[in-house]
Amino acid sequence: MTREERIAAITRDMQKRILILDGSMGAYLQGFGLTSNDFHGERFVEHPMSLKGDSDVLVLTRPDIVTKVHEGYLAAGAEIISTNTFTATPVSQAEYALEEVVYEINVDGARLAREACDKFEARDGKPRLVAGSVGPTTKLLSMSPDVGDPGRRDIDFDAMAKGYNEQIRGLIEGGADVLLIETITDTLNAKAALWGAWEAFDKFGVELPLWISGTITDRSGRTLSGQTVEAFYNSVRHAKPWAVGLNCALGPTDMRAFLADLSRVAECPVSAYPNAGLPNAMGGYDETACSMETHYAEWAKAGLVNIVGGCCGTTPEHMEHMKHAVEGVKPRAIPERDTHLRLAGLEPFNAAA
Amino acid sequence: MTNTANPFANFVIVGERTNVTGSAKFRKLIEADDYAGALAVARQQVESGANVLDVNMDAALIDGPAAMRRFLNLIASEPDIAKIPLMIDSSKWEVIEAGLKCAQGKSIVNSISLKEGEEKFLAEARRVRRYGAATVVMAFDEKGQADTAQRKYEVCDRAYHLLTEKIGFPPEDIIFDPNIFAVATGIEEHADYALAFFEATRRIRESLPHVHVSGGVSNVSFSFRGNEPVREAMHAVFLYHAIRAGMDMGIVNAGSLTLYDDVEPELRERVEDVLLNRRADATERLLEIAERVKGGGKKKDEARDLSWRQKHVNDRLSHALVHGINEFIVKDTEEARLRAERPLHVIEGPLMDGMSVVGDLFGAAGKSNGKIVMATVKGDVHDIGKNIVGVVLQCNGYEIDDLGVMAPCDKILDRAVEIGADAIGLSGLITPSLDEMVFVAGEMQRRGMKLPLLIGGATTSRTHTAVKIAPLYSGPTIYVNDASRAVPVVQKLLGKERDALVNETKADQLSAREQYLAGQDKRPRLPIAKARERALKLAFKPVKPSFLGLRSFDDYPLDLLVPYIDWTPFFASWDLVGRYPSILEDDIVGEAARNLYHDAQAMLVQLVAEKWVKASGVVGFWPANAQGDDIVLWRDETCTTERARLHTLRQQMDKGDGKSNLALADFVGPKGVADYVGGFAVTAGLGEEDIAIRFKRANDDYSAIMAQALCDRLAEAFAEAMHAKVRRELWGYTPSEQLSYAELIEEKYSGIRPAPGYPAQPDHTEKTTLFDLLEARERTGMELTESLAMTPPSSVSGLYFAHPEAEYFGVGRIDRDQVEDYARRKQWDTATAERWLSPILSYDPALAKAG
Repeated sequence: MTREERIAAITRDMQKRILILDGSMGAYLQGFGLTSNDFHGERFVEHPMSLKGDSDVLVLTRPDIVTKVHEGYLAAGAEIISTNTFTATPVSQAEYALEEVVYEINVDGARLAREACDKFEARDGKPRLVAGSVGPTTKLLSMSPDVGDPGRRDIDFDAMAKGYNEQIRGLIEGGADVLLIETITDTLNAKAALWGAWEAFDKFGVELPLWISGTITDRSGRTLSGQTVEAFYNSVRHAKPWAVGLNCALGPTDMRAFLADLSRVAECPVSAYPNAGLPNAMGGYDETACSMETHYAEWAKAGLVNIVGGCCGTTPEHMEHMKHAVEGVKPRAIPERDTHLRLAGLEPFNAAA
Repeated sequence: MTNTANPFANFVIVGERTNVTGSAKFRKLIEADDYAGALAVARQQVESGANVLDVNMDAALIDGPAAMRRFLNLIASEPDIAKIPLMIDSSKWEVIEAGLKCAQGKSIVNSISLKEGEEKFLAEARRVRRYGAATVVMAFDEKGQADTAQRKYEVCDRAYHLLTEKIGFPPEDIIFDPNIFAVATGIEEHADYALAFFEATRRIRESLPHVHVSGGVSNVSFSFRGNEPVREAMHAVFLYHAIRAGMDMGIVNAGSLTLYDDVEPELRERVEDVLLNRRADATERLLEIAERVKGGGKKKDEARDLSWRQKHVNDRLSHALVHGINEFIVKDTEEARLRAERPLHVIEGPLMDGMSVVGDLFGAAGKSNGKIVMATVKGDVHDIGKNIVGVVLQCNGYEIDDLGVMAPCDKILDRAVEIGADAIGLSGLITPSLDEMVFVAGEMQRRGMKLPLLIGGATTSRTHTAVKIAPLYSGPTIYVNDASRAVPVVQKLLGKERDALVNETKADQLSAREQYLAGQDKRPRLPIAKARERALKLAFKPVKPSFLGLRSFDDYPLDLLVPYIDWTPFFASWDLVGRYPSILEDDIVGEAARNLYHDAQAMLVQLVAEKWVKASGVVGFWPANAQGDDIVLWRDETCTTERARLHTLRQQMDKGDGKSNLALADFVGPKGVADYVGGFAVTAGLGEEDIAIRFKRANDDYSAIMAQALCDRLAEAFAEAMHAKVRRELWGYTPSEQLSYAELIEEKYSGIRPAPGYPAQPDHTEKTTLFDLLEARERTGMELTESLAMTPPSSVSGLYFAHPEAEYFGVGRIDRDQVEDYARRKQWDTATAERWLSPILSYDPALAKAG
């Protein structure tokens, strides 16, 4: 199956049922009890900095484990899996002095996911999508790192876009089917990622579907950079997203209201992959696979979602319950909205005429 | 007042003061590196009502890109300012792009144009699009700025087609600026500039779908620099005409928008002469008066003030109230008090007069204690109770905005927001309406609404409101069980006792929830297999109906129905509790009941004689056998081919050994017995809505409600009359039955006529099967809504069971095992079954699923 055929098939399916995205990479990896040696592998034995905690480098040093995670989720029923490249941009990898291998991580990250998908596709002929994970980076374009100097920025739009462009070129080359710009805490970062994506599309002469997932930080209902859900949507709507959604930070209980907001305004499919509740005092997550299922079932029933998955703290067990919760439920119908000039600052402004 | 009621309602106000080319003050702040001061200007624009903030840094001594970046980055950390979108304004592309790279929201670029050709124009537009911005397009091309109406339009038309067709730019993101130029400059060619703008605007809005028109309004008065009173007058009059032509966005000083009506009439006329180029000496005449107006200096206000200060004190008070001027109010009120006989007369006289002018301006007549939006929720057509509550509240000085029946959630909430309602009242009679109310409450929460939600209607209850509705909505949610309670509740809610009532309600709902949850856990249910073992085992000696198949009763004589009317529910629908006929002699409600009964009889006579409504019905009988808890209807008496299948539900409460757990299927013989089942659908409501509308138009709500209540009774009477006919003749299993009215009402007859959606078969979806079997839609004009309510509302349908032991019963709460079994039988998934059966589930499906 070619990329175009797969995307077309899944996009068609999306009209009939709710799609399943995988769960957390981190929660799964934790279970392997990885040590510093795993992160460094043979290749980075001499690396001047400790790489422990840089999950993305495992693509190069422990590809077998990354594959295991992908296969675990595919076996649990995920039909879209995301690459292990969440922080694989020069901006974020600078923390580990690994800017040099960013492109490679993305190529291999996409390739590993694609191989896992191919294996499952070969078994039953059903298409599986690789979502190239494009995360938020360690620097923000709309916020100052220094409270005393609110106008300060440590990076500008062009540098950010360039970094994202490198990541996205890698993901395309490695075989990603769609680009998942996710955990968006600052919409300007996301706009830089989109910019980087379009430049990559111009270069390769291909166009991947863009999937944009924002993060509402807390019950205030705003992103870290201060936008409400509708303002966020108005600000990324120009990308004609393949899907738009929310993920991370909140558990399903707290995400519900904001998801409903998004579902009301989005003129494309809506995705949601919450955390397994909020981190508790012990650093674990309180929502069990069973209790998550209740929420997913309700969301599906309420017609809020087209794609569901899990973020921090979720596991293949969660996926199985999630699948059960949404199976056979009609996906959210995409609303027809009137044509209006829809602007946004931190809040939406929709012109009347 | 003229027709300028709300000229800026749909007008996008772009605050212009953070623009170094238009504001010397702002320019000096930026030049002096005083960004804190510059932010204060921005904040003032937002506070004055700007919808969008224009930022322009085009000045000789300012590094444009750096200043734009710095100012936008600073704005980003000021939520009070950053909440509104930006207009990034520069004649230099590099400054625009620097701004776009600092804006996370969706901004407007101001501007791009065809000035340097198509290629550059489209290249910039493409980038604007990738940054996710809308754009202003100037009416400017290779030949220069367009000055005539024709040129302005042509340039915009060309730009529109290039943008939308060549690069897919969304038309709604295009804002044309057809150039506002200075008038009254003394140069003859400039005389038509304002008119050209109006004309071009009109053509653009008519011919280019979805686009907007904007402009820098202050340009028009450029030749009156230094004369603020004249400039403001020119802006007001210009906007008045431009908005009427279709201008829907403007770069204006958000703090000082003057209304057309507030411009001093002589000045206004002369400004208008200039703008509309109405006379050759227009400019001279404006210059002449301009000096005078300016001479008043800051006294522009005073000059205007003086005119109304001359008036009678009562008029002055009214003027002050209408315009919100508090400067003289103490003095004027005191003057009025001294003139009045008693202080109260001041309040009742000039102050109330002024307030009612204010009220009129708000579109309301006279005094209002509050506005309430009322509706029967989506899927439900029953509104007698709601109408009564509405009328009672109206009589108590509340404005009722009645959205009628079948009102979708959005419509209700939008309306409430639109009119600034003080409360929302929801009503419904059928059980699916309960879920719709839950949905509405959730939506109110989601929209961040705060206003009180009142819940009423036959199926609603204190417990349901407390358990299912109130927890979804943080605003006050109050169950109002009858009309008499509506007034005190609303009075408290919209008055000083609000907090007390809200707290009391919350406490009551908490205890209702606790009671409910306590009750939930304890009730033992039998496994469905066990309940089936305890099915009622009857002996069968069926009687064959006089015909099989369908028989229609079109235009049934209404007078034959009158004797069958059961009057007790009629009084209940008016919130008069008691049994007929003893209610007529009741100590407390007797008089009210007698009056009501008298009026009802009078109308009924007229209704029947003049045939206000038509009654139609259909009855059918089919060979049938029980099969488990289903009833199979056969195509013919050979009982070989299944025609349809009715599904019934079985009681699961543990009544103890020796007691039966009933299902309707128990009343039909098993395969091998030549048994039958009947069905019916009758309506006495064909035309009832027209009558209600007729009375409502005549402002006779009482009669409207009365007519509906009578139709409702006639429909029930029709069902009763038809059942009697069925027993005696159509099925004929008790051909010699002779029952008195009282015995009829007490259901002393043999056999039953249970309806889907009622206790013996709570599943409303069975109505679909019944309607299909009876061809009810075609034969009677009845319909089912998506929630399976019948229309017209005055309709009844049900099944006939003839077995002498058949009795009415309630299925009660059922457990998950039966729900799953039922779902399989109906070919549903469990969730669908749970949704339709939600009122009778013994468990919470969400909790059960979580295990």
